[in-house]
Amino acid sequence: MREPGAVIAVGVVLFVAVASLLGPALSPYALDALDWKHLAAPPAFINLDWQSGHWLGTDRLGRDLLVRTFYGVRISLLVGLLATAVSLLIGIAWGAIAGYVGGRTDELMMRFVDVLYSLPYLFIVIIFSAIFGRGSLAGLFIAIGAVGWLTTARIVRGQTLTLKNREFIEAARATGASTTGILLRHVIPNLIGPVAVYATLTIPQMILFESFLSFLGVGVQEPLASLGSLINGGAQEMQSAPWMLLVPASVLVILLLAFNLIGDGLRDALDPHERF
Amino acid sequence: MIAYTARRLVGIVPTLFIIITAAFFVVRLAPGGPFDQERPLPPAVRANLDRAYGLDRPIAEQYGRYVWRLVQGDFGPSLKQRDYSVGELIAGGLPVSAALGTGAVLLGILLGVPLGMAAALWRGRLTDYGISGFAALSIALPSFVTGPVLALVFGLLLHWLPVAGWEEGKVRYLVLPVVTLALPVIAYVARLTRGSLLEILRANFVRTARARGLGSTRVLLRHVLRPALLPVVSYLGPATAFVITGSLVVETVFALPGTGRFLVQGALNRDYTLVMGMIVVYGVLTVLTNLAADLIYGLLDPRVRHA
Repeated sequence: MREPGAVIAVGVVLFVAVASLLGPALSPYALDALDWKHLAAPPAFINLDWQSGHWLGTDRLGRDLLVRTFYGVRISLLVGLLATAVSLLIGIAWGAIAGYVGGRTDELMMRFVDVLYSLPYLFIVIIFSAIFGRGSLAGLFIAIGAVGWLTTARIVRGQTLTLKNREFIEAARATGASTTGILLRHVIPNLIGPVAVYATLTIPQMILFESFLSFLGVGVQEPLASLGSLINGGAQEMQSAPWMLLVPASVLVILLLAFNLIGDGLRDALDPHERF
Repeated sequence: MIAYTARRLVGIVPTLFIIITAAFFVVRLAPGGPFDQERPLPPAVRANLDRAYGLDRPIAEQYGRYVWRLVQGDFGPSLKQRDYSVGELIAGGLPVSAALGTGAVLLGILLGVPLGMAAALWRGRLTDYGISGFAALSIALPSFVTGPVLALVFGLLLHWLPVAGWEEGKVRYLVLPVVTLALPVIAYVARLTRGSLLEILRANFVRTARARGLGSTRVLLRHVLRPALLPVVSYLGPATAFVITGSLVVETVFALPGTGRFLVQGALNRDYTLVMGMIVVYGVLTVLTNLAADLIYGLLDPRVRHA
């Protein structure tokens, strides 16, 4: 137990994930069910009205905030995992090819990454998702994953460069293995360690992107809820109903902090050199 | 140095050209157009509109015309906000956005560097833990959470500052937005400064300076600070990109009349010229900041001084 923070964080993430998967089924209210008797009701622990079943209150239309937050968490986790997978796929392929092939190809490919790096990439995500993905989750994953791969590509390229001159790669080449074969069989499997660490740090970033887009109104659309769109709705009501902002905001913050702690813990455990 | 700057400036042109070309075609390939409405326009009206804005021509020709006008400094008319040109719209919002962005970057450096130095000098003490904890939290918290929460606390509860809105020339309206946007920048700068300062304090030349009998303050200011600030300088480019995207959210949260809303609105309405205008303006801005950061780096670090 050298990283108690990270272990607690894993527990928190698991708890939130399980709650968001089971919670909506246990609640009497559906995601888009309007409860006209409890419009903009405060959380039950404030007005002590446990009868209504709205533990964390309702929004302006009487929709249960806890259930909507659970759905938001589901979307966040889904986006976090899928967009990370997309970005890993592109990043590993890009970085491994650039690093292994080297020369002109390497220069061109990494130059492309540099150019994209220097742009405000959320700009690109916004344009992509506003144009292609509005309302479609698949579009959202692709838009977010498609720009998240840059750092992965850099890390993978660096690792590939050090691997490239090792004996076992040379041996593989000497036996006549093809470049694709060497990449798939020998280079990529040896990259998994550092890439896995980086991937856990990518998940919170992707969750953040999604909330950011939904906050701006180009991500998840009504009646579906995302943490970002709930925060946006809550921010407009915070004068009269601050819980509408505070509930989804604190859940998002807890989730982000937990994922960051896990990633930092993993990195420290595997690579004590980078400790901050 | 001058020759190097000139060469880099020329090198920007192809980068911008690629950005503009890619953006133009991505924006155009999107389904739907600026004149699609729930109740379709009569075909004759539609045809006239398309003709008036040149949208009836082949896409290659439209692209050529757009680039040609752009070179002359003309962003074209907005397709959705009649009577306004894209240039007018962006020029109207730019002062607010620029004040917000430069404020945030300046605050980030002016607060982040001293905080990072303090954390490094009192390493392992309460100061260090406090600052490092603050940094970790500020980096994890997105601005669309800190913004509303700050507005809630300082605007609604304490009544110290306006919750949102804008009045020409009143700095009060900029305080919360700038702080919101600056928080993660402060945190990153503090982290970078702390890390590099710790590394450099261990370097041989610092020990030599001490051994020559120089006082700690003098060593810190004359020998340590300059190399320690190099990572901060190279962070300036990414910081600008961060501040630009962050300002989209902050302008929404605090209802500031900046340029941010044009990007989202333009992309959703298929206001082709408006989206393109935003991409061009901010593309130029980020590319130029990156160049500026590189040049400052060269000034500070003689090892990479450019011939």
